[in-house]
Amino acid sequence: MIGLEHYLMLAGALFVIGVFGIFLNRKNVIVILMSIELMLLSVNINLVAFSAALGDMVGQVFALFIMTVAAAEAAIGLAILVCFFRTRGSIEVEDINVMKG
Amino acid sequence: MGVSALAFYLFAVTTLVSAFLVVVARNPVHSVLWLILAFLSSAGLFVLLGAEFLAMLQIIVYVGAVAVLFLFVVMMLDVDFSALKAGMARNLPLGLLIGLVLLMQMGALFAHWQVADGAPALRQAPMPEGVQNTEALGELIYTRYILLFQISGLILLVAMVGAIVLTLRHREGIKRQDVLAQMYRDPAKALELKDVKPGQGL
Repeated sequence: MIGLEHYLMLAGALFVIGVFGIFLNRKNVIVILMSIELMLLSVNINLVAFSAALGDMVGQVFALFIMTVAAAEAAIGLAILVCFFRTRGSIEVEDINVMKG
Repeated sequence: MGVSALAFYLFAVTTLVSAFLVVVARNPVHSVLWLILAFLSSAGLFVLLGAEFLAMLQIIVYVGAVAVLFLFVVMMLDVDFSALKAGMARNLPLGLLIGLVLLMQMGALFAHWQVADGAPALRQAPMPEGVQNTEALGELIYTRYILLFQISGLILLVAMVGAIVLTLRHREGIKRQDVLAQMYRDPAKALELKDVKPGQGL
């Protein structure tokens, strides 16, 4: 049986890959959204691993809700992306400066 | 090394490699396909952890819905992706540095980490014996977490409405069917009978 630490290390590495992806693809919003999905996946792996190790079901309930929110976030993010592409004709993050933030 | 350990390493290596390829792939379509592989192999990890329901949900929600949504958007937008890759080499050192620092911090945390003595007593919902994972999860989310469950349904509804509102547009200058105009059409106005005499015409 594989211990909890293995899953935690896997989730940590997955999270770091997600962060690395955000820095690497600074221009491409689609890959940034995919990196965010990877980070949420690593959090889910963490929660399920602790749930299995401690014998507590609440971790899996939390993972369920994170999955829901991740799906909603992907839908809204991609809708905003399509909307932005129609008005500006580009998906570069550096072009998103209409609000001068 | 048992079968479960072998399966763990298989799924873990597949997840990590495909996640890395999501990030570095030149073509976003390939990125989405690697993302699907990462989700599938992490579903395998969930099965190994005894969370079958979440594994199936992972496949249905992520592979069936989210990844297809990504694929749809990537293929629908007419973007020159090679131009977006231009700054990749410039961002590489910073990304590597931050990733390395984060990894070292997590490693330091893992080295000095242990379960507290009172942790088993603090469990909110201990796993029931002899009950399947799906059943145990269902008994929890439909009783104690019913409010959160309803709210998550509401979040999905709001996301659906928001996505439709954001992407729907009425384009001008396109011929469309006007159902009301069709229904209110009056035969008396649209039709005129004329008595044509033979050999004369109108």
